[in-house]
Amino acid sequence: MIRIDCPYCGERDHAEFSYGGDATVEYPALDAPAEEWHDAVFLRENVRGVQRETWHHVNGCRMWLIVERDTVTHEIHSVQPAHGGMARSLNAHRGPEKPE
Amino acid sequence: MTRFSAWSVFKAGLSGQKNWDRQWRDPEPRPEYDVVIVGAGLHGLATAYYLGKNHGAKNIAVLEKGWLGGGNAGRNTTIIRSNYMMPGNRQFYEHSLKLWENLSHDLNYNVMFSQRAHVSLFHSPAARDAAARRYNLMRLTGSDGEFWDLARLKKEIPHLNYNHARFPIIGAAVQPRAGNARHDAVAWGYARGADRQGVDIIQNCEVTGMEREGGKVVSLQTSRGSIGVKKVGLAVAGNSSRLWQMAGLGRLPIETHLLQAFVSEPIKPMLDQVVVYGVGGAHFYISQSDKGGMVFGGDLDWYKSYAQRGNLPLVQDVSECTTAILPCLSRVRLLRHWAGLMDMSMDGSPFICKTPLGNLYLNAGWNYGGFKATPASGWYFADLIANDRPDPTIGHFDLNRFSRGANIDERGAGPDPKLHG
Ligand SMILES: Cc1cc2nc3c(=O)[nH]c(=O)nc-3n(C[C@H](O)[C@H](O)[C@H](O)COP(=O)(O)OP(=O)(O)OC[C@H]3O[C@@H](n4cnc5c(N)ncnc54)[C@H](O)[C@@H]3O)c2cc1C
Ligand SMILES: [Zn+2]
Repeated sequence: MIRIDCPYCGERDHAEFSYGGDATVEYPALDAPAEEWHDAVFLRENVRGVQRETWHHVNGCRMWLIVERDTVTHEIHSVQPAHGGMARSLNAHRGPEKPE
Repeated sequence: MTRFSAWSVFKAGLSGQKNWDRQWRDPEPRPEYDVVIVGAGLHGLATAYYLGKNHGAKNIAVLEKGWLGGGNAGRNTTIIRSNYMMPGNRQFYEHSLKLWENLSHDLNYNVMFSQRAHVSLFHSPAARDAAARRYNLMRLTGSDGEFWDLARLKKEIPHLNYNHARFPIIGAAVQPRAGNARHDAVAWGYARGADRQGVDIIQNCEVTGMEREGGKVVSLQTSRGSIGVKKVGLAVAGNSSRLWQMAGLGRLPIETHLLQAFVSEPIKPMLDQVVVYGVGGAHFYISQSDKGGMVFGGDLDWYKSYAQRGNLPLVQDVSECTTAILPCLSRVRLLRHWAGLMDMSMDGSPFICKTPLGNLYLNAGWNYGGFKATPASGWYFADLIANDRPDPTIGHFDLNRFSRGANIDERGAGPDPKLHG
């Protein structure tokens, strides 16, 4: 079982979460050339090793998270709120982030 | 090497079946080959076999990082069918099924192909209508398809849960010519057949890099030294993106996910067909092996992974699917479960195509469905490599189809690889 340390709820089994996908994909401007959209929608790095990815705590707080996870060992290296504003307000409550 | 026949088996019986020769050689790699296939899974071995058999190609090697058949080839649930709906898929998979029908004879190796019927249950009038449309389309390409009403289904498979299922079974769409084969035997049969034609199958030989010169691959770095190449075919399933990056070609429309499979302790014969269903978020398929084990599986583990091992939530999901449809199995013990690396593509369909490098060819993106595709995949990939152009049957399995807007999305799931089960 993979355990994900949700910044809002604490450590939970991954069965509570739903995997989103590659968090490094950046969508281009709406009027960008079709090739740029093609690359963003269809092409993937498909990392073997540590990748940044999104997870949804769908059976918990329902927040989206950015997780750094090794795709070979399933070890989790970091978990952060996907939404920058939420991250800031969370840190304001908790104080500064712990050093890694 | 001995040709298998009733006589050869009888004769070997006189000496206790002890004097069979090796089924394939274990050669040292040569410094250069005309064609190198990377990956001794089913697709790589079948490609090498048809390169020799259909195209008279010589001086071929298949390089395998582990042992032949140790990847998805030996990990799948062995379902073979051609009940596809999209044009392009239908012709391809029907050709594959026809090759399966003669494969044991062609290879002189018993792949235990068993046309026991593929029975797809439906649980609502809407699902029945969708299946009717699909099976009518299949018949246009010459595939066989039937409808079984509840009375017929109960007669053929009496012990399904007809009484208190949350989604009651109302009938089934059936492909009688579909079924199973013994996956290891398919790998071994193709390996033996390829070896007989002089193909060097080199195991424990991992490709770790590629050297390019003027838009071509000139040599492969391997764990057993550098090997010069005239043409290279990639057939590495879940590792396609890695090889693609070794070739310096960037990103592919593929993600690697893990799929588990399960086998129970052996029990007496109780299920003659392949039974599948998908309803209410569940997805499940089951058949019984010749040894009596119930072989079954369901969905991916849902997160991207290169680990050839699965996780427990899926064990629970799949077990629930099993007992929902076959409550009589609830006390049967699970013997083993394992996982393989699926090359999930952006539209759920494969790639058998040329690449930006002149002498590099790609065979990938098989999702859950590459076992049934094996004979046709090897057939057309060999043809592509030999003639340097795709046969019209596979012309649409290219990498540019997304930019043409010509996705072949059988499920209509969109560009999210994990959804193309
Ligand atoms: C659990 C499970 C159930 C399945 N069920 C079905 C089913 O019921 N029906 C169906 O049609 N399909 C099914 N499939 C899919 C099917 O098994 C695959 O699509 C198919 O086997 C892939 O082709 P292959 O056999 O060539 O792959 P593989 O056997 O995986 O071959 C690829 C080979 O490449 C080698 N390789 C990788 N990298 C390198 C390298 N750098 N150098 C050298 N060698 C390398 C690997 O070691 C491997 O042996 C299932 C798959 C799984 C995992
Ligand atoms: Zn949470």
